[in-house]
Amino acid sequence: MSDGDTPVLRPGWGYASVTDKIAGLVLTRPLRWPWLAAFLATLAGTLVYLGAMTFLFIKGVGIWGVDIPVGWGFALANFVWWVGIGHAGTFISAVLLLLRQKWRTSINRFAEAMTLFAAGMAGLFPILHLGRPWFAYWLAPYPDRMNLWPQWRSPLVWDVFAIGTYLIVSALFWYLGMLPDLATLRDRAPTRAKQVAYGLLALGWRGESRHWARHETAYLLLAGLATPLVVSVHSVVAMDFAIGNTPGYHSTIFPPYFVAGALFSGFAMVLTLAIPLRRAFALEDFITARHLDNAAKVLLATGSLVAYGYLVENFMAFFSGDRYEIAMAVDRWTGAYAPVYWAMMACNVVLPQVLWWRAARRSTLLLFALSIVVNLGMWMERLTIVVQSTSHDFMPSAWGLFVPTRWDWIFLAGSISMFAWLFLTFIRLLPAISISEMRELVKEQADG
Amino acid sequence: MPPPPPPEQVIQLHRGAGLDRRQALAVMAAGLAMASTACSPPARQQAHPWVNPPEARTGGLPLYYATAFVRDGYAHGVLVGTQEGRPIKIEGNAAHPSSLGATDVFAQASVLQLWDPDRSTTPRQRLAPVGQARGPARLAASTWRDFEDAWRARRPGGLRVLTGPLTSPTERALLAALLAREPEARWHVHAPLADVAAIDGAQLAFGRPLAPVCHFDQARCVVALGADPFSDGPGAVRHAMDWSRARAALREGQADAAATLFAAEATPGLFGARADHRVALSPARIEALLWRVAAHWMPEVATDSAPDPRTAAFETALVAALHSAGPQSLVLTGPGLSAEAHALALALNQRLGAIGRTLGLIDPPDAAPDARTLPELAEALHAGHVETLLVLGCNPAYDAPAALEMPLALQRARLLIHAGGQLDETAQLSDWHLPLAHAYEQWSDARSHDGSVTLMQPAISPLYDTRSLAELLASLADDPLRDGHALLQRHWRDAHADDFDAFWRTSLRAGVVAGSASPAQSPALARVPARATAPAPAPATLTALFVPDGAAHDGTFANNGWLQELPRPFNKLTWDNAALLSPATAARLGLRTGDIVNVASAGRAVDAPVWVLARQADDVVTLPLGGGRRRAGRVGDGVGFDAYALRPGVSLTAPVTLRGTGRRHAFAVTQHEIAQHGRELLRTVAAGASLPREPERPRLYPPFASPEHAWAMVIDLDACIGCNACTIACQAENNIPVVGKSQVAKGREMHWIRVDVHDDVGDAHATPNLTGFQPVPCMHCEEAPCEVVCPVGATVHDSEGLNVQVYNRCVGTRFCSNNCPYKVRRFNFLQYADETTEALKAQRNPEVTVRQRGVMEKCSYCVQRIARARQHAQRTGEPLVDGDVVTACQAVCPTQAIRFGDLDDAASDVTRARASPRHYAMLGELNTKPRTTYLARVVRKDETS
Repeated sequence: MSDGDTPVLRPGWGYASVTDKIAGLVLTRPLRWPWLAAFLATLAGTLVYLGAMTFLFIKGVGIWGVDIPVGWGFALANFVWWVGIGHAGTFISAVLLLLRQKWRTSINRFAEAMTLFAAGMAGLFPILHLGRPWFAYWLAPYPDRMNLWPQWRSPLVWDVFAIGTYLIVSALFWYLGMLPDLATLRDRAPTRAKQVAYGLLALGWRGESRHWARHETAYLLLAGLATPLVVSVHSVVAMDFAIGNTPGYHSTIFPPYFVAGALFSGFAMVLTLAIPLRRAFALEDFITARHLDNAAKVLLATGSLVAYGYLVENFMAFFSGDRYEIAMAVDRWTGAYAPVYWAMMACNVVLPQVLWWRAARRSTLLLFALSIVVNLGMWMERLTIVVQSTSHDFMPSAWGLFVPTRWDWIFLAGSISMFAWLFLTFIRLLPAISISEMRELVKEQADG
Repeated sequence: MPPPPPPEQVIQLHRGAGLDRRQALAVMAAGLAMASTACSPPARQQAHPWVNPPEARTGGLPLYYATAFVRDGYAHGVLVGTQEGRPIKIEGNAAHPSSLGATDVFAQASVLQLWDPDRSTTPRQRLAPVGQARGPARLAASTWRDFEDAWRARRPGGLRVLTGPLTSPTERALLAALLAREPEARWHVHAPLADVAAIDGAQLAFGRPLAPVCHFDQARCVVALGADPFSDGPGAVRHAMDWSRARAALREGQADAAATLFAAEATPGLFGARADHRVALSPARIEALLWRVAAHWMPEVATDSAPDPRTAAFETALVAALHSAGPQSLVLTGPGLSAEAHALALALNQRLGAIGRTLGLIDPPDAAPDARTLPELAEALHAGHVETLLVLGCNPAYDAPAALEMPLALQRARLLIHAGGQLDETAQLSDWHLPLAHAYEQWSDARSHDGSVTLMQPAISPLYDTRSLAELLASLADDPLRDGHALLQRHWRDAHADDFDAFWRTSLRAGVVAGSASPAQSPALARVPARATAPAPAPATLTALFVPDGAAHDGTFANNGWLQELPRPFNKLTWDNAALLSPATAARLGLRTGDIVNVASAGRAVDAPVWVLARQADDVVTLPLGGGRRRAGRVGDGVGFDAYALRPGVSLTAPVTLRGTGRRHAFAVTQHEIAQHGRELLRTVAAGASLPREPERPRLYPPFASPEHAWAMVIDLDACIGCNACTIACQAENNIPVVGKSQVAKGREMHWIRVDVHDDVGDAHATPNLTGFQPVPCMHCEEAPCEVVCPVGATVHDSEGLNVQVYNRCVGTRFCSNNCPYKVRRFNFLQYADETTEALKAQRNPEVTVRQRGVMEKCSYCVQRIARARQHAQRTGEPLVDGDVVTACQAVCPTQAIRFGDLDDAASDVTRARASPRHYAMLGELNTKPRTTYLARVVRKDETS
């Protein structure tokens, strides 16, 4: 049986049963201890994270391991990593929609939620890492008495716009796609409170043809708008580094290489979330082996692009003949952070090669493990770029290492906790899979 | 606060009180009496208000007082810069022979000693009766009057006075008067770092003590045998200045100009780093070398010791250079050598004809022929012969050799009186502690390395209830005068009675008494000593060499945060001292940097961390003194290890054994990589040769125009000796906070100008293989990489080409630092500036912002000094001329390595320096167009290291 033969929706599902199943996750499914345990654990983590933020604001970024020469440590690595993760959602929703990939249907909703939450986590870090975070708004252009504007040549200002636009468009796209489903929940809500809540969110959706027609147009338009953002946001983030003159930062390949890396880590995170999700909520019929297989293929493709990026980076270091670039490459291989570099190579280049075998792509457990490995590898890639480059730049006399403190780890773990907490909340409050689009799939399957 | 009652009501109230005329008068009289008795006591010293206030005081300009910084008894002429009446910055005194306008790190840091919050503020008395355990908690605040009563009531006889080295004529006269009152009173001198062998050497050679005054400007060949004339002793700054000035011709291209320097050193020193020929030898081998070399001029001292094959080339070159330089030679001997060796070196200098030319010999300014030593005092104390012991301005409970067991001995005195600036280890044991004034708070005098006298004037009235040493001595001796000003005037009026006012005014103003330098002695032919018969140390035994610490000195400066955080020149170590070992010796003992070893000598032992230092002599372990203070204060307590605890006597060497403990110690260093990796950050050039011209590179933006001024700095690496004075001068000038050991260990030191040390030792390909120092301030790049990446425009260019940091706009992204190829930017990761300690607030320069946490900072080219000069020019209508703006680092530099000025002025010093064939821009290939550039170090062909 070829990949294409596995349907994107198992046969046997009708309009009503699809609706019952997905809406039931939100409206009727009772609380069970695994979800509750996870929810409470991540809530605790979130509270620790918020407490750590308070401490950070009181004491200053000196609680982390950042220093001179390594001015950016975990915070910026986490930022780039989370932005990357936030890529897959929009790619799945918008790009695959435009490419008419039907398999996106059952995964786009939670992938978009993932995007939103990941971008939110990402957006926090540049603020947290400021020396004086209470002045973060100075990066935004606003008219003020002293006629002060941001400094437009700085890529950090471009970041504000790139991330801001991405967050807004992603949120709109997610919300717009959810409107019919919110109306469904409103109609099926068992209690008055839920009716009101979902009713308000549904914006008066009544399922009229006019509604559907406008919805379709708007959705397509937003998809068109979101598509360039998939490329732009991480390209701009890449420029934070590429504009810098530090060897290891200053590289023209960074924008496409970052985008590929972002999709790579984003799809890895989709798998990390989808596999437990379909298992826990018995959604194997909606998120089928075909989905996992396709995601694995995307992983393989983007992983290859990332590997190519590594190759070119090292080649260019030597081809340039620039002693600083060469020293940087050699230090990555043999310096203090070499274990991180080689672990990253293993995680991002070597291990994903098992995906060439279909058996591996069909093994849920292996895919899950590999998705974790890739997430880890991509985080180490961000860390290598951010930390190793600045630790070993032009002046040997100024070389110095970054050693993470316990607070660095708390902020990384805290952001993961908060992300997971948001996601857990999301799957019990909103339809994790698009009901209306699944019903379209039912119709298409019935039509043959 | 309730509003005051309306006037009618007040009257009413008074009427109600039924106050009649008599009562009213009585109340008024009582009020008058209270008003005149309350408030502060009458001023102890006379202060005279200005009749016509000088312009400077009203114009907000700093006011400078010529006085002296006194270290180990010797004066270093300084100008104390005060702002709004507060001393905040020390400058060198160009008129003073020890300074010539520059200072060392200690003089720079001395202003922080003045504002040290741990200074002793009031007399203290021990509460427990004599003879009981003496403890810190029992020192209760008292008054000078109570002390004077106690002094008068003490049991007569058995008086001993212990002082540090004293050069002050006034203090010595007062001390003599005190001692004269009691026939059996004895004076002892304690100088923890004094090289007794050197004093004995002069005695041996000439039959009397003589102190050397070196003239580096006259020398064609300088040989330092175990000596570091650029860092040790009161003349170090002068030596460096003379050497640098004499080297100017070499820098201009005359290959045969300037002195050739030879250094045989046990532990790397600043002089050795600049020497043309340099070997690392143990003190015993240095001594053998001296004997062999001296035999060329004095055949009678010929020995059968064969030259060491490793140093044969050095020795040959040295003998040849001495032959060719003849009377223009200068042979210096340093700590660790025997008295005979010192005597032999003096004899050698005499044979060469150097005495009177390159080497002056004067009566030692601190000579105290009638004084006795510390061991003699210890003996008397242990024997119970001391009734009253006065410890004046020294701290024997800490810095005496351990063998003397001073803490125990001190407690044998029936009455122990300690006078000092801090509540130190000795104060804790004393019955009375008397706070002494800081040098910048008092009238006094002191003599410099060549004997010149400085009349010291206060730059501020005493901050606390302190007295100067002269005032204390006067009160102890029941002198009719008690005021320091009067005492000083009385002393000098005797010698200058006819024209005293003019003498007083000119001497105070100049900071040095004209013509007061000690006359050079021309001693008779030196007696050539017999070879010391000390048995040669068995191979593989270690010799400990006790040296002053580069920051804490002998421990006196242990509580000074600026100094503790100042990276030691060769290993960039802060907040620590370490046992220095050579790589070969460390390998033999299986030790590496950071291992804690147990150093043992003659039954005493101390744990010390090891630092493996390149160019250290084999089989020598260098133990810097001044660490491990127990009662230094909040900064200095417990920093480093206490090497005094190991010292067997006054000798500066001792045989020791090392034993690993298996424990490790974490050091805080500011520079981890000493090798340059071929990056040519510090360039060298052969004498007379040129560096290749940098090509003009394309630029995207239009060239930077500076219509009025274009400030630039050129640092001459051929002049830099790596003394760190610039770093600490900058720290004082620019309110740079001290961050502490844990923050330095994290790479967060705040110095705006750091001195990088480069040494490619061990790299066979590196030519030339030398130790080089490179001060690195902000480069003020015209194409500044920091500016384009700041999202809020907090770092921008001003119209005069300065790359300025706008603190209150900075949000702290740290992108600028990441993008700075020179890594000169410093970030306030935490709240580093101490905003709560009162005493430190007054030390800060009011013209420089105290930075908040979360903002970036860096060298500003002392923009406040530029502004001051510009404002002065605007006020007076005279245009700025070259030399009007002097940065803090430039002003302090003992070798004048730093030049600063206006590139728009074609005749300025800095413009001419940029045209030098030795000029280059560090990392110029990055096209940052730095305004701070360098002049390459000149290397002669035959240099060997």
